[in-house]
Amino acid sequence: MSPIQNIVIIGNGIAGATAALEIRKRIEASITLISDETEFPYARTALMYIFMGQVSLPHTYLYPTDVWKEKNINLLKSRVIGLDRAAKTITLTDGRELSYDQLILATGSLSILPDCEGIDLPGVCALYHLEDLNKIEHQLLSNVKSAVIVGGGLIGVELAEMLIVRGIKVSFLVKETSYWANALPEEESQMVSRHLAERGITIIPNEEMSAILGDQHATGILCKSGKTFSCDFVGITIGVKPNVSLFSETGLNINRGILTNSFLRTNDDHIYAIGDCAELSEPAENRKSIEAVWYTAKKMGEVAAANICGEKMVYEQGVWYNSAKFFDLEYQVYGYVPNAIEPPLKSHYLTYANGQKSTRFVFHEEGHVVGILAMGARLRHGVCEAWIKQKTPLNEVMEHFDKANFDPEFTPIPFKNLKAQSRGSNTRKARNLVSFIFPFLRTRP
Amino acid sequence: MNHRSIALTDQVHPTSHTRLHFIWLALFYLGLAMQFFSLFDLIFLPGEWALGLSFILIISGILGYTLTIEHRKKITGQPLYTLQGNIRQKKWSAWLLALFLTTFYVLLYLRPDLLGLGKNGASNSGLIGLYDGLSYWIKGNPASEWFVYGTMYTLAITCLGIRVIFKFRHNRYQVYRTLSIIFFQLIFAFLLPEILQSFNKPYVDLKNFWPLNYYFFFDWNIDQLLASGQFGFFVLGWGTLGFLVLTPLFTYYFGKRWYCSWVCGCGGLAETAGDEFRHLSNKSKKAWKQEKYLIYSILVLVIVMTLLILISRMTGQLTNISQTLAHWYGLIIGAMFSGIIGVGFYPLLGGRVWCRFGCPMAAYLGLLQKMKSRFRISTNGGQCISCGNCSTYCEMGIDVKSYAQQGKDIVRASCVGCGICSAVCPRGVLKLENINQ
Repeated sequence: MSPIQNIVIIGNGIAGATAALEIRKRIEASITLISDETEFPYARTALMYIFMGQVSLPHTYLYPTDVWKEKNINLLKSRVIGLDRAAKTITLTDGRELSYDQLILATGSLSILPDCEGIDLPGVCALYHLEDLNKIEHQLLSNVKSAVIVGGGLIGVELAEMLIVRGIKVSFLVKETSYWANALPEEESQMVSRHLAERGITIIPNEEMSAILGDQHATGILCKSGKTFSCDFVGITIGVKPNVSLFSETGLNINRGILTNSFLRTNDDHIYAIGDCAELSEPAENRKSIEAVWYTAKKMGEVAAANICGEKMVYEQGVWYNSAKFFDLEYQVYGYVPNAIEPPLKSHYLTYANGQKSTRFVFHEEGHVVGILAMGARLRHGVCEAWIKQKTPLNEVMEHFDKANFDPEFTPIPFKNLKAQSRGSNTRKARNLVSFIFPFLRTRP
Repeated sequence: MNHRSIALTDQVHPTSHTRLHFIWLALFYLGLAMQFFSLFDLIFLPGEWALGLSFILIISGILGYTLTIEHRKKITGQPLYTLQGNIRQKKWSAWLLALFLTTFYVLLYLRPDLLGLGKNGASNSGLIGLYDGLSYWIKGNPASEWFVYGTMYTLAITCLGIRVIFKFRHNRYQVYRTLSIIFFQLIFAFLLPEILQSFNKPYVDLKNFWPLNYYFFFDWNIDQLLASGQFGFFVLGWGTLGFLVLTPLFTYYFGKRWYCSWVCGCGGLAETAGDEFRHLSNKSKKAWKQEKYLIYSILVLVIVMTLLILISRMTGQLTNISQTLAHWYGLIIGAMFSGIIGVGFYPLLGGRVWCRFGCPMAAYLGLLQKMKSRFRISTNGGQCISCGNCSTYCEMGIDVKSYAQQGKDIVRASCVGCGICSAVCPRGVLKLENINQ
């Protein structure tokens, strides 16, 4: 392989920025990191905290600003408008062309905006880009009193928190019967819904938006059922899609995202795709081909960097992990926890602290744990991951559950009591015993 | 693109004050004004009444205001901390507060007579006179400037500590820690020494170990202790045991935090009164470097000074140089650094400036923590989302995020284990713990 002179990375999110630094750890080539969003790579996950005034943009920079100069990585604030694979060049919005030996596409996602009437009205906003904060800020100047958020996912709840802090009344419009029911099992979904209701949020279930009402400014929404809900602000958080339209004519294989092999290489040997914009041709069992979350993007950045530098590193999806926060309620999931648990999978669900916290163990009929979902409790990543990877039996997991506790010191450990009870017995017996001796540990089948 | 409008904080929004807030605030300012006007003997009330009324106003003002604000923040879902507001952004009100505090410290250390201290047996007047009644009640003597300062200090830690407890009422670590701070300040730093004095015993703060208590081995202190019989011997023994045995032992099991965040009054004030100024600490590498040079130099200085004094005590040699060193250390480090800069500059540099750059005890504890301790802040695998909340609110200027996002545990000499990084982390990635090895 001829020595690599020029590496260009499009997109300075966590995937692109990680790739740049990981490449620099290995080789001396010139690295250019292009973004039109910010001068320095920042944490998109902190958008809500910037808006709420808890941190400012510089606080969210992934690394101190001098790191980039120190590591000799060129940061370029510009927009890429063209890719010529034959000439191995990209075109920037000012007409400049950059040539590359290896190109990494880390263009991230775009918010999905439904193609409906009124979507362009002022007072309608998504939340993904830094610029979205500006937009929302600007729109809130026009005396917004109430908002409807369409789509109840993780971004939706962040937007809700941002609006509530500004004293705005928030309603969620969700397709499902309760909040995020397409991802959370029913009990957890209900728990989050209750938590949101305590914050004064109304959840409008089983409704889909068909149009946004208003002439000059959004004044409400119309649902497919014919119902209308009035509001001064409409938040659209129905999901994201890979930001790949730029490459549709370039001959790269694109399905929803840019298709990659297990080395994260596209059908062009000189082009890799990582992060939200990449789609795995062969995802692992029970895993999606596009996993648009922070942790996967970071890992992909590391893998692509290694491969570009000549190491053969396969991107392994590993044990799934994600976390979020619904106002004060923390959420962590490890492994496979589908919203509907069907044979051969079973689940064991425990609530405690008066129903404010819960833990669910999803296990295979044969006995081993395949997933753990915690609400309001913090679990130790390494321990949970090892249990799932090693197909540890449920009994053993329950017995040693205090090892997975990651709550702050002095927080009562709810499962300590379970330890003795679950030893050598089946789970039903344990459950009955526990709920008999410790009525505050209400368990449900 | 204009980042200013979003990234920063030109807009202040709705921790909007209700009328109730202004009433509480008015009470507080009224109480403070009474203290201020007493400086010029303009309070036309009997001393005890004036002080009592002023305290009631100040305490109810602080508690009423902060608790209603915190309660409202909870209802409206405000974040635990914010960068917004004039006083948190080093604007005019922050400078005004800093000026006010530093002036107070300068007067306290250099011109207590201007605060009303009666010289050469004259009776107190002004601000210090205001505290005479309380002082007589507690220990049967007129107030000194240090009694006034101690009372104010304790009041600040107690009232603002209650606020912190209320704010973090769902976080047991913060609750227990703050209760401990209040307890040690109220009992060990304030009441016990005053009561001891009323029994003709020396004024000692039993939790204030050498080298923070730099004068522990000074001639006058040792003489005074030796003169007070059994109790004096106990204090000498306890103090020596404290820095020689207890400090390394506790630091091994719990880290530096057992002292800096659970016991110490300097840290206590920073954690309570300085709570809103955490974000001001400098997070740059340059500041880290300065911190290391400065704090270890001061540790060396205090060791050299103490050795010289002990040598001069035993041999009669080097008396001049040890006395001079002690004098200047007391003035520059003991008074100016810890007081004027350490507390006076809260609104400009953040709360733990003294703890981070100056305190020789922190240096000693830090070395122990770095070299031999079970304590660390564990990072939960690769779960960090790099949002920057932890680093922003670290009072000691540690760039916590730079460790967390690499999945590394945090073992830093300067970490005082206050637990705020863990409390503000939106993903629960950080856990303070004492690892069993």
